[in-house]
Amino acid sequence: MRTVDILIVGGGPAGLAAAVSAYESGCRSILILEREEALGGILKQCIHNGFGLHTFHEELTGPEYAQKYIDKVVEYQIPYQCCTMVLDITEERVVTAVSNVNGLQQFQAKSVILAMGCRERPRGALAIPGWRCSGIYTAGTAQKFVNLEGIMPGKKVMILGSGDIGLIMARRMTFMGAKVLACVELLPYSSGLKRNIVQCLDDYGIPLLLNHTVVDISGRERLEGVTVAEVDPETKQPIPGTETYYECDTLLLSVGLIPENELSKLAGVKISSATGGAEVDENLETSVPGIFSCGNVLHVHDLVDFVSQEAEKAGKKAFQFVQGQLAENGARIPVTGGFGVAGAVPQVLHAGSGGSPVTLMFRPKGVYRNAKISVSAEGTELYSRKYRILTPGEMVSLELGPDLLSRAAGAKELTVKVEA
Amino acid sequence: MVMLDVLIIGGGVVGCTTARMLAGYQLKTALLEKASDICEGQSKANTAIVHGGYDAKPGTMKAKYNVMGNGMFQKMCSELDVPLKWNTSLVVAFSEDGIPKLEELKHQGERNGVPNLSVIGREELRKREPNISPAACAALLVETGGIVCPYELTVANAENAAENGVRFYRNAPVTGIQKGEDCWIVQSGAGTFSAKAVVNCAGLYSDEINNMVSEDKIRILPRRGEYYILDKKYADVFHASVFQLPTKMGKGILVTPTVDGTILIGPTAEDLDVRDDTRTTSEGLAKAIRFGSLTWEHIPMRDVITTFSGIRAHCDRDDFVLGEAPDAPMFFNAAGVESPGLTSSPAIGRYLAELIAEKLHAKGNPNYNPIRKGIPKFREMTNEERARAIASNPDYAKVVCRCETVTEAEIREAIRRPVGARTVDGIKRRTRAGMGRCQAGFCTPRTVEILSEELHISPLEVTKFGGNSKLLSGNLFEKGDGAE
Repeated sequence: MRTVDILIVGGGPAGLAAAVSAYESGCRSILILEREEALGGILKQCIHNGFGLHTFHEELTGPEYAQKYIDKVVEYQIPYQCCTMVLDITEERVVTAVSNVNGLQQFQAKSVILAMGCRERPRGALAIPGWRCSGIYTAGTAQKFVNLEGIMPGKKVMILGSGDIGLIMARRMTFMGAKVLACVELLPYSSGLKRNIVQCLDDYGIPLLLNHTVVDISGRERLEGVTVAEVDPETKQPIPGTETYYECDTLLLSVGLIPENELSKLAGVKISSATGGAEVDENLETSVPGIFSCGNVLHVHDLVDFVSQEAEKAGKKAFQFVQGQLAENGARIPVTGGFGVAGAVPQVLHAGSGGSPVTLMFRPKGVYRNAKISVSAEGTELYSRKYRILTPGEMVSLELGPDLLSRAAGAKELTVKVEA
Repeated sequence: MVMLDVLIIGGGVVGCTTARMLAGYQLKTALLEKASDICEGQSKANTAIVHGGYDAKPGTMKAKYNVMGNGMFQKMCSELDVPLKWNTSLVVAFSEDGIPKLEELKHQGERNGVPNLSVIGREELRKREPNISPAACAALLVETGGIVCPYELTVANAENAAENGVRFYRNAPVTGIQKGEDCWIVQSGAGTFSAKAVVNCAGLYSDEINNMVSEDKIRILPRRGEYYILDKKYADVFHASVFQLPTKMGKGILVTPTVDGTILIGPTAEDLDVRDDTRTTSEGLAKAIRFGSLTWEHIPMRDVITTFSGIRAHCDRDDFVLGEAPDAPMFFNAAGVESPGLTSSPAIGRYLAELIAEKLHAKGNPNYNPIRKGIPKFREMTNEERARAIASNPDYAKVVCRCETVTEAEIREAIRRPVGARTVDGIKRRTRAGMGRCQAGFCTPRTVEILSEELHISPLEVTKFGGNSKLLSGNLFEKGDGAE
């Protein structure tokens, strides 16, 4: 069995940034395992621009953004294996993988960084009634067909869900000559970025139908049309009489992303029901010592820049763990999300986290205007910040400084909440 | 015209088991399937239960063939390398006044010849099924209840039949049957056939086929059932197949593990006017959950991976119609076969094959080999077996379907086997690629590519299940073939 200091599962943006950061921290025994043929993860098919504004202060396409990290991996000669699928991870950090070049392999890692990303919620999970015909794809699958295979999945398109990939694909399909009829969203607001709504729907005259959903799918063999109805904003139930039939040959779904934690569970990592990702502390260490998690497998991010930032931290902390320098000082303070907070990460802080600031991230549960976000310990407010608008599409990231953390020492719990 | 001894119409589980049984004789046999693949009708969309046989009325064909078929399953599944699990069935009563009805069911089962039936109380039930709703107070325990993969079973029968000489024709709907001289002349989408004997295993359309040749008319009353499938993470929540005791509210909804580790909830029962309306409906799906919740109080809806519906070929005679038609010699029916049709299928197949062989004075086939090996499943191998599989076929190292850990080797083999996969759904049923929690989101592009390579067709010609169910509309880089 080969040994390695840091084994990184996944060579997408999170895995790459974690590898680069671990190397820059001094680690010289790193291995990235990537299941696809090339590094880059989902960025390979994200050929639109808008990546990297925070990290590189320039607008890059997905492949360009990934290449910046791949270049570093190559420059640092960090070993990686593509076409390698991890099959199992144990609590003792024994990783079993299968690769087309090396066959079945096992590694003993001193530390493992989980960076497997997420998957899209499929039609089946929504239980949309109707025929089970062809022509129904998740937006990401369609994106792969169009951008990587050069094949159009269809010509007349309806989009259900206004997640970012759906919005991006509305524009992409339009560019490629398809007619995009509308983007249908169950909620009263989009879960995508504002800039994507403007640049991908508004600019092309594609209507965004809020409080609507697809209630029926027509077409025995290939999709022939969908029926869209308005929903009651409270109950989310379709309102009878509001049905409209749209003739289309393609339905793209952008109805949520699910962190892919099946491997994490095999390793015994505790999963948060709020995020679908691992429960981590301020070092991004999971409930299993030496196993770290970052990027969309930890929680679904809005921007890749923040994935990279988080992964850099995971790389650094994993190396500290390898060196036996990852101090977990002081009592564990659970962080709970109060009103308006969906899945705060990290879920646990250590009281004496050694003077470095802690990033607390979450998505607002709804749209809140002129709202305040506060962090408090047993009713005492330790931090607050005002926001003109909070939306589920854009993540909130709070930097909690050493000062705040020292005031929180001794607290049994920290609560982060929205006051609107 | 193709000259045959026996022509089977219908490539569902009954047609394919009959084909395999007929392969045991020196007969020239072929099977016609109207769809693009075998197992495209009710055989692919049912509860996947090997029923004990307590449910059917004593004296019916259903009762007889259910109990007989149940007894044949172990041997058949061993010979065909098909996963089968004797997980027992439970019929649960949710109020004390149901207990006498459980006793009645037990008595009925005993009259049908079902062994080892017992009524168990609350405590024993809870010990067996800790996650059952507190309202469950007693149950009929059916020791001979099991679960099986219905599509793998159908495919395995077809493969074994084909390996023993039966010819399969797909995309071959029957358009006419006439009486010839000592034979039947059958027109189909795959040409004209003459056969000394014709076997009607046409499922939902078995009335149409029968009524083409016989004045003894039958009528299929299509009945739809809708289902949910839940993620494998609930594999251990229920051990037995948990039925609900029928009440005046209906026959109840089943909650059962599947051999593949998912949980299946359903079916509803709704009579249809149109026989192939396999749509799911919001009412039906809601009903499945409403009644399913009686058994499993808090069904985790966020872990639903898919929903589907199947149509049962319920016959107006309320029983299977089996055997030679009274006014059409050498025309044999296996018509109106609905639940417990899957369980009954080997017994029906054996009965028809023996009957036909006798009438045609056919000798046994000395070369008949009843053994079929399944496609070796990477996900079920030990690491040592995996290493060996990869050494002999490097495609075993290429995982295509992440959720179900299906490799390229398995997908290619599914296409290359006799009666091999020609569609994305065909691959799904033979390998489980695309059947997992992402529902083919990640593997579809690669599966399409492999089908296109193996079948030497353009990716644009690849379909989900034949006909016009094409997946893709245009190639962006070929002139004149792009999007509008």
